[in-house]
Amino acid sequence: MTATMGTPQDTTPVVRGAAAGAGGGAPFRSRRPRPLISHGRWWWALPAVLVVVLIHYLATAGGAFYAFTDWTGVGDFDFIGLENFRRIFDDPAMIGSIQNTLFLAFGFLIATNVVGLVLALALNRTLRTRYLLRVLFFMPVVLSPLAVSYVWKFIFDFNGPLNGVLGWIGMEPRLWLADPGLALWAVLVVMAWQTTGMVMVIYLAGLATVPAEIEEAAALDGASTWRRFRHITLPSIRPSVAIASTLMLIQGLRVFDQVMALTGGGPAGATETLATQVYKETFALSNFGFGAALALLLTLIMLVFAVLQQAATKDRS
Amino acid sequence: MFRYTKMTALREGLVWVAALLTLLPFYFLVITALKPDEELLSTGTSAPPGRPTLENFAEVLTQGGDNNILMALLNSVLITLGSIAGLVAFGSLAAYVLARSTARWGSVTFYLFLIAILLPTQLGLVPLYIGARQLGLVGSVGGMVLLYVGTLMPLAVFLYAGFFRNLPRDYEEAAALDGAGPGRVFLRVVLPLMAPATGTVAILTGLIVWNDFFTALIFLGGSDNQTLPVSMYYYVGSLVSAWNKIFAIVIISMVPILAFYLFAQKRFIQGFAGGIK
Repeated sequence: MTATMGTPQDTTPVVRGAAAGAGGGAPFRSRRPRPLISHGRWWWALPAVLVVVLIHYLATAGGAFYAFTDWTGVGDFDFIGLENFRRIFDDPAMIGSIQNTLFLAFGFLIATNVVGLVLALALNRTLRTRYLLRVLFFMPVVLSPLAVSYVWKFIFDFNGPLNGVLGWIGMEPRLWLADPGLALWAVLVVMAWQTTGMVMVIYLAGLATVPAEIEEAAALDGASTWRRFRHITLPSIRPSVAIASTLMLIQGLRVFDQVMALTGGGPAGATETLATQVYKETFALSNFGFGAALALLLTLIMLVFAVLQQAATKDRS
Repeated sequence: MFRYTKMTALREGLVWVAALLTLLPFYFLVITALKPDEELLSTGTSAPPGRPTLENFAEVLTQGGDNNILMALLNSVLITLGSIAGLVAFGSLAAYVLARSTARWGSVTFYLFLIAILLPTQLGLVPLYIGARQLGLVGSVGGMVLLYVGTLMPLAVFLYAGFFRNLPRDYEEAAALDGAGPGRVFLRVVLPLMAPATGTVAILTGLIVWNDFFTALIFLGGSDNQTLPVSMYYYVGSLVSAWNKIFAIVIISMVPILAFYLFAQKRFIQGFAGGIK
């Protein structure tokens, strides 16, 4: 009885009857008596485990399977090995969407992190209205990316406010969304505008852990603002940098809504991304096999970057 | 030490300028939605309406069929609430058992959820769509709830598990010593204590479901149960450049979530700052 009870800090594990014998993370295995107190029943976890196995693992495995077939959604299909992937890498349009996806993801990562960190530093302390300002800067985050994109589509319209301002200061109007050289940048602006507030909030949480006394002491010792940031603030918020950059990269790689609302992938495929191609190939053109191959490629790119980022941030800490 | 000086006041002013510039798109959104048709071309795009009107809202709200925004709003509410309910109920139960478990299967199962967070949903969508089509779940509210509960369960379990690990076992053990069974302990002791975690789970997952366009377009596009983003996508596509009507729909789609955000902004911001870690 007393062996399994103890204080809450007690590290003696309360082993459930059904699983008695396996000593958790303990380096040795030991037989324990059936405990008197059980925290829940193992089958309580069953519904959650079932849906996750079904909807994440089995479905993903199935998707990976179709990637090597020529299935069109109905009837029979054949295994065609890596044929789908050969087609992807032979098709300039597909290569273009991979490049666009990477451009948007990294541009998004950099823009949101730089602006988000600057905002967080500005709103960390001292400003009287900092709480109100945080609420305002965070506001776009809660909105639907689709709705936000429509607002920006109007701003970028040839007869829209942006060209109106340009005309007012004596510059030529531009076809922001119809110019292949500009459209991708326009998509990036919309993505970054909406999500910077989220990065700001992550950095604010990190900055809250930096002790004000150390900063003050450094300031008294004559350290400049930049040196205080470089040697005190930045090392303390490294975990936040890791979280914010990983999140933004993953979110950037799956960009879909903004492209669909702003350009639909145009002009002439100039803003097509992997996610929009997956949607079009699979669900508009019924090339299930080819679409699955594109989705598998997108998944692999995401996993590779997620793992790389984890490794990079682990080394430093 | 860090006192409020003239420089700070200047900084505060600059940040306000940045904030107002950032929020400028909302200005265009509101003034354009209030413009009557004839003013759309006659007044400048940055100028407020000469004769503000609510007729755009009346028009887009009274559309029937596929463009029925009120139906879409109802579908969005049902699917979001259903998904949150499923995630809170099954996510908290699973996370509780796993967080309190010291057995090896407990940590193995927990890793099952952790890895699933990293697994992007795109790849699984093709088989899920085919499976749902065979079961007749494509285009149904129930099917969507099941799909969202499944895709977001790893996040819910992860958030709850983090909370339960920091929750002292004292209360549960006291209740158990007094003779309460595991079910009673969970319902009477754990359930009331986990309210903050439930708030985070509900806000984070609810926001993802409410704003989701990709999966909703695939599973609900063209059906009778379209959610707000899907309905908005098709409706806006048919309106070409009637920006006053488009913006009326956009505002209607934004109002519920904005109201909720301003009402519970502290929880939203805390949820994003702490929950995501």
